[in-house]
Amino acid sequence: MASQSATGPQAQQSQERLQAIKALDELASRLKNILGSLTGSITVDKKSMAINIEVDKSKLLDAAKILRGLGFEHVKSLTGVDHMETGIIELVIHIGSYRKGLRRFMVILRTKLDRKDPRAPTLINIWPSSELQEREAWEMFGIVFEGHPDLRRLLLPEEFEGLWPGRRDFAIVTRKAGEVEEPWK
Amino acid sequence: MEVDSKSISTQAIEELSKELIQQRELGVTEEGERLIELQIGPTHPGSGHMRIRVWVDGDIIVRCDPDIGFVFRTIEKLSENRIYMKTIPLVERPSLLDTTPMTIGYINALEKLMGIEPPPRAKYLRTILAELTRIASHLYGIGIFAIFLGHSTGFMWGFGDRELFVELANQLSGARITYAYVIPGGVRRDMPQSFPDNVEKALRYFEKRLPDWYKMFLNNPVVEKRLREVGILRKNDAAKLGITGPNLRASGIEYDVRIADPYEAYDELDFMVPVADEGDAYARALVRFEEIKQSINIIRDALRKMPGGDIIHPQIARMFNPLMKKIYEESRRVKFPGVFASLKPPKGEATARVEAGRGEALFYLVSDGSPKPYRFRWTTPSYRNAILFKYLVPGHRLADLPAIYGSIDYFPPEADR
Repeated sequence: MASQSATGPQAQQSQERLQAIKALDELASRLKNILGSLTGSITVDKKSMAINIEVDKSKLLDAAKILRGLGFEHVKSLTGVDHMETGIIELVIHIGSYRKGLRRFMVILRTKLDRKDPRAPTLINIWPSSELQEREAWEMFGIVFEGHPDLRRLLLPEEFEGLWPGRRDFAIVTRKAGEVEEPWK
Repeated sequence: MEVDSKSISTQAIEELSKELIQQRELGVTEEGERLIELQIGPTHPGSGHMRIRVWVDGDIIVRCDPDIGFVFRTIEKLSENRIYMKTIPLVERPSLLDTTPMTIGYINALEKLMGIEPPPRAKYLRTILAELTRIASHLYGIGIFAIFLGHSTGFMWGFGDRELFVELANQLSGARITYAYVIPGGVRRDMPQSFPDNVEKALRYFEKRLPDWYKMFLNNPVVEKRLREVGILRKNDAAKLGITGPNLRASGIEYDVRIADPYEAYDELDFMVPVADEGDAYARALVRFEEIKQSINIIRDALRKMPGGDIIHPQIARMFNPLMKKIYEESRRVKFPGVFASLKPPKGEATARVEAGRGEALFYLVSDGSPKPYRFRWTTPSYRNAILFKYLVPGHRLADLPAIYGSIDYFPPEADR
């Protein structure tokens, strides 16, 4: 199914969309110039209208400051993606802008963290909108945001036991069909 | 509302002192003994399923800490253990009455992964249902807002009038609230023949009601006194905190995903984005009413411009068995072909965003080529707006808390997901 649909007839792209893609490419090359040596790679995701920027953990804050200065002023989503096989947790941050020229695009900032001890500098001084999301990333993936003033659980209940439920190796306990939970027994 | 009358420890007061200094200009004194911690919720009938911890000095709130997560449904984790199709009903459960934009967002991300685009008629049908749910969601929000203010007529009217739009959605999709109408490559069924007339009747009725709504709610002197100059969110702060939806537009920032990054049929339809500059609770209520008017325009325009043709992508229609084909041709209903049970989008990732009733929702889907998503990340508007409790509420009187809470249209299940 998947391979069939990928080769399907391309839908008509309107003139406006083509212009937007052109602007996206321009923005990507501009970012490449400005960020320069800070980043590993910059790729353009035309389907999602987003620019993927991969940075090293030590350069995360610098890259964030530059992006903020360019007008990407708020965080839409901050989360981890667990890659168990390679021992890496990827920190994925979707950043957007409210400005007219930039609001069409998103920047996705990515950093690879060590799965055994994931640590990253906190971004709340640059993007205050990431405050609650960093708390969620901590409770789900165990990513410690160094410098976060209030790193505690956000969504999980206080009595919850077990570590890092967002990671891939955290199994959900399921009941078989017909099995009834009887806590009174 | 329970009151913890014990005064808090000296250490905690020291922690607070920094914020107290910031609050001094608002008339808050530094006498720590007078601070009282109040716990609002989680079983408060108005607050929904969340707890708000506030520290008050007299009746002025010094600090506010939203404690969310009481209706946390772990949808991100659940979806990683289910096939792609089974996440469609999952994403619409949390955001009651605002379900279609959420399914549109999820399906858009999935369609980007699969590389298909729905036919134009399906896009228009999706747009119409999304706008119907937007109106219903705003009426619901305004109803709850009214009861927060002790204005029970607004509550009754809101819930009464939303029934119209719920019923219209029922005619289109076959369900009142959780429709699962949007599927990869199209929609589940075509609109019935009587639908455009019924929509027109309902819209005319509601337009006639709108002046009464203004008289009863927005121009009501009591409501105005409670809302004007309360909970002012300045433009810069709104941008910094990443606020979204009508709350953002009430602070003077013209940002709407339907304009910023058009999806479905929005780039072909005629509508405006209402913006207010005041940033107070009254402006947030006003923007919601203006948005209802714009949604009415969108629905009319979409029905007028509705293209003909298929409601499902030909590649999926090709996989129908003879019975499915018969059902599709006779009653224009789409049955899932068996291939959907083992749908495997190619390896990769996609991000989609939509403007839901309460603001922007973002869907980030990572596929590893297996029948289940590798990672699904979903941020909802209420989740992003939750930060407002911490930064907007301090400095106000306790009696203003319900007004601010209601005005930001915060919906706990949607925030917790």
